[in-house]
Amino acid sequence: MSLILRIKKKFSVIFKFLKKKNRMKIGIYGPPNAGKTTLANRILRDWVGDVMGSVSEIPHETRRARLREGVTIEVDGKSVTIDIVDTPGLATKIDFHDFLKYGLSEEEAKRRAKEATEGVIEAIKWLDDLDGVILVMDATEDPFTQVNITIVGNIEARNLPLIIVANKIDLPNASPARIKAAFPQHTVVPISALKGLNIDTLYKCIAEKFG
Amino acid sequence: MEGVQLNLISKERLEKMSSMEKLRMILDEVKSGTIVVLESGLTPEEEAKLIELTMLEIDHENFVGIEVETYPQKSGGFLSKLFGKKEGRLTVIGPANKLKTLVKRDDLIKALVKP
Repeated sequence: MSLILRIKKKFSVIFKFLKKKNRMKIGIYGPPNAGKTTLANRILRDWVGDVMGSVSEIPHETRRARLREGVTIEVDGKSVTIDIVDTPGLATKIDFHDFLKYGLSEEEAKRRAKEATEGVIEAIKWLDDLDGVILVMDATEDPFTQVNITIVGNIEARNLPLIIVANKIDLPNASPARIKAAFPQHTVVPISALKGLNIDTLYKCIAEKFG
Repeated sequence: MEGVQLNLISKERLEKMSSMEKLRMILDEVKSGTIVVLESGLTPEEEAKLIELTMLEIDHENFVGIEVETYPQKSGGFLSKLFGKKEGRLTVIGPANKLKTLVKRDDLIKALVKP
């Protein structure tokens, strides 16, 4: 990238700040099955009384980005209104054979794989239209995946505010400390989106970072 | 002789290439079964573009994607923060059906190459 483009990009952040929008568009990112839609559903259920979409143990259940506008979160008298984009899981490989073990027919598995590849592209495209990101990681898994490294790198390159959510802390082998050690430069909030554990800490963090 | 081909691309060679040239070269090599080792790696934007292009090329029969092994970016100094330029680090990219990550830490990567 040329120097002029880099300077332009840097200054666009300042211009963005100066003409700060009434509400920020926040993308929920992460690898497949990290709990992105479960978290989006939890936020919407708590603050709007609605859900974002269906969840499944089969990876790539969300294959289209979903936008929910005007979600108001109130914490300690402070209120923040955001638009939430629930994005499809990012991956570097998608093999339809992986879906067969969940009982899908070959035709269904191939269709799901094709839609999943389109979903990954859509999720990447959304990065250019966001004001902040919640990156959901599965706290039971190794955080040093290429997907996590790529997302964090791109968010840092764009100077977007980031919250890393260490999800699934209700599971016995969860280790949010491993995620904190892997990305010490970022805020890491351990939660269980499914059970609602520590969710108030996340709301407080959202109000602080995106308010 | 049978085996897996490894292409080690130097930093100097990578610096002479545009982003699209690099990504096209990587994907073409990886799709033909070669493991590509980049001395200076890719920028985060190039990594995202590589994933995007990979998704477009997955045919669900012969090519199901890529496996990428690299370390997290190091925080740069003042100038790199100001101009946003971050240098990539040593990166290994291969076809997902041949290259498998075993262990990945911030300072150690162990991977398996299947013939």
